[in-house]
Amino acid sequence: MTATVTALRTMTMVAAINDALALALERDPDVHIFGEDVGIMGGVFRATDGLQARFGTERVFDTPLAEAGIVGMGIGMGLAGLKPVAEIQFAGFLYPALDQVLSHLGRYRHRTRSRYHLPMVVRAPYGGGVHTPEQHADSPEAILAHTPGVKVVIPSTPRDAKGLLLAAIEDPDPVFFFEAIKLYRSVKEEVPEGHYTIPLGQARLVTEGDDVTVICYGGMVEVAQKAADAARAHGIGVEVIDLRTLVPLDTGTILASVQKTGRVIVVTEAPRTGGFHSEISATVAEEAIDFLRAPIVRVTGFDAPYPPFTSIEDSYRPNPVRVAKAIRKVMAY
Amino acid sequence: MTRTRSSRKTAAPPAADPMPTPSPDEMVQLLTPGGEVTDPARLPDPETQRWLYRLMRRARHFDERAWVLYRTGRMGVFPPYGGMEASQVGTAAALTHQDWLFPTYRDTGAALTYGLPIPQTIAYWRTSPHGWAMPQNLKVLPFYIPIATQYPHAVGAALAEARRGTRNVAMAYIGDGGSSEGDFHEALNFAGALNAPCVFILQNNGWAISVPTRAQTKATNLSRRAEGYGIPGVRVDGNDVLATYVVTREAVERARRGEGPTLIETVTYRIKPHTVADDPSRYRTAEDTAGWDEKDPVVRLQAFLLAQGHLTEAEDAEITREIEAEFEAALAEADAYPEPTPAEIVDHVFAEPTPALRRQRAELMAEEAS
Repeated sequence: MTATVTALRTMTMVAAINDALALALERDPDVHIFGEDVGIMGGVFRATDGLQARFGTERVFDTPLAEAGIVGMGIGMGLAGLKPVAEIQFAGFLYPALDQVLSHLGRYRHRTRSRYHLPMVVRAPYGGGVHTPEQHADSPEAILAHTPGVKVVIPSTPRDAKGLLLAAIEDPDPVFFFEAIKLYRSVKEEVPEGHYTIPLGQARLVTEGDDVTVICYGGMVEVAQKAADAARAHGIGVEVIDLRTLVPLDTGTILASVQKTGRVIVVTEAPRTGGFHSEISATVAEEAIDFLRAPIVRVTGFDAPYPPFTSIEDSYRPNPVRVAKAIRKVMAY
Repeated sequence: MTRTRSSRKTAAPPAADPMPTPSPDEMVQLLTPGGEVTDPARLPDPETQRWLYRLMRRARHFDERAWVLYRTGRMGVFPPYGGMEASQVGTAAALTHQDWLFPTYRDTGAALTYGLPIPQTIAYWRTSPHGWAMPQNLKVLPFYIPIATQYPHAVGAALAEARRGTRNVAMAYIGDGGSSEGDFHEALNFAGALNAPCVFILQNNGWAISVPTRAQTKATNLSRRAEGYGIPGVRVDGNDVLATYVVTREAVERARRGEGPTLIETVTYRIKPHTVADDPSRYRTAEDTAGWDEKDPVVRLQAFLLAQGHLTEAEDAEITREIEAEFEAALAEADAYPEPTPAEIVDHVFAEPTPALRRQRAELMAEEAS
């Protein structure tokens, strides 16, 4: 962590994000924030609360309601040297913009041989757990991680969210920044005041343990942590790794842990087939097969749309019980 | 193009709308195919006419040479634009190098006019990386292959210029088919709502590969799409370079003054196939294209300049010699570009390659070395 930090302040993740955005606007006149309802309203989750009043309608502005236009316009702003920070209201609303993402956002440095690059950030709330309406709880991060030329960052704590968001905005290449809706206000912690960054591509060791490695990110970190605490009570040492960024992926931290424990569980709330958990599993199998003592186990959502049915919604999302079951399974080998 | 809205102080509607309503089929034309000047007051001066003529000849020469080079294996698959020179040259000629140009694959003539060097243009269509690294002193992007995605980019680039307080504008091209895409409509709406200094060129050349415009849309005047977004739309004879130039200059100046975007529909025709590899006889007959050869934009201005005494046969021949020599020198330069190495596949993805890319590059290089 690089920092010029003076004091600590207790805040939620959404407050930490707001703090990071304000600092970015303050430090760099090229930073512009735009999206649906990010202006006077401050965003549906209030992540941009007060920013338009403080920095003006040219730096923080509402756009027409069209996601392809938002991302496409951001690309043009990036080509012209600004640092666009777009908000997509929910990750599940990103789909109209996927042509812009897949066809252009990740390609511009490559197609112009670095003559142009896109220092753009696309923020989006993602994931379930708070009984949102249909389409509001998707976890489409694997689509983006599968797209060459874009980075993918998913924080799990207020402190990380601020440092990673500032790093993402300062990064010369496009970054998707997914914010777990479940964590926006449910977690508070002490966050350094002032500017600091957390480098992209460095995973965080949440808990240390010798028996099982649980790899996760975003909204699943607290779930894994609870399972790890329960396992510890039974004498099982669980090492929880919060990836923080999917691209670049900190393979080194993953493999070092696997070499120690020999047992791997990957937890995400995305659908099973083709998810990023599968990429991690394959990497571990390719790079550390000699250290494995048990099959790699994925704990994920289902190959079904995230359910809009409130009374049964919680059964979609992995919970500590499911992770504990996976821990017992790998410990049985 | 100036429209004013009168304030109405009474509740009752007036008997007649005080706003002048332009004819829906009005098409700006300064020089008819028969050589008549319709509006002498708007005609550019002779020097500008000669300049535009030379630019069209230069663009046409590239198009013709590209065909020949393709047949001899010295050019990749190329989308020709011969017959559309007035539409591309007259519009791009209205820009400076401080302005942005977002061309589609059909718009080589526009990119050449803007200033993209011929060697790099050849390299682009040969799919050599040298043709993709756009010159540092220009604000032109590599030709867009997806349809309509460049339109929102132009809005963003234009907005960035406005935010920085410059008078620079962004110009983007699209076709009649492209105007069916959502990105086209989103971009027009964004540009209007955000007052971005954009000039949108919609080249209506009658065809989207094999689909004629009448099958593409029930709309018969694509410039009127602008009305839906509260921005001016202008329809211009796309085979009259004097008209396309004058109309585009006005739109560019309007954008520079901070008065927002304009949509310009250039009514032209794709006489040539979709690409050099396309066979139009599968979807259209000679009757479909009848009449368009007589509207050839280069011949139209050439005849006018000769008749007016603004150009002599000798000067015309000299232009031919100059543009041929320029092209052949550029071709030699393009021929001298070294072949890319496979490493260039994995380079230029990020400023700092990810660990995964580093490993993959090493794999690729090891394979190449073995």
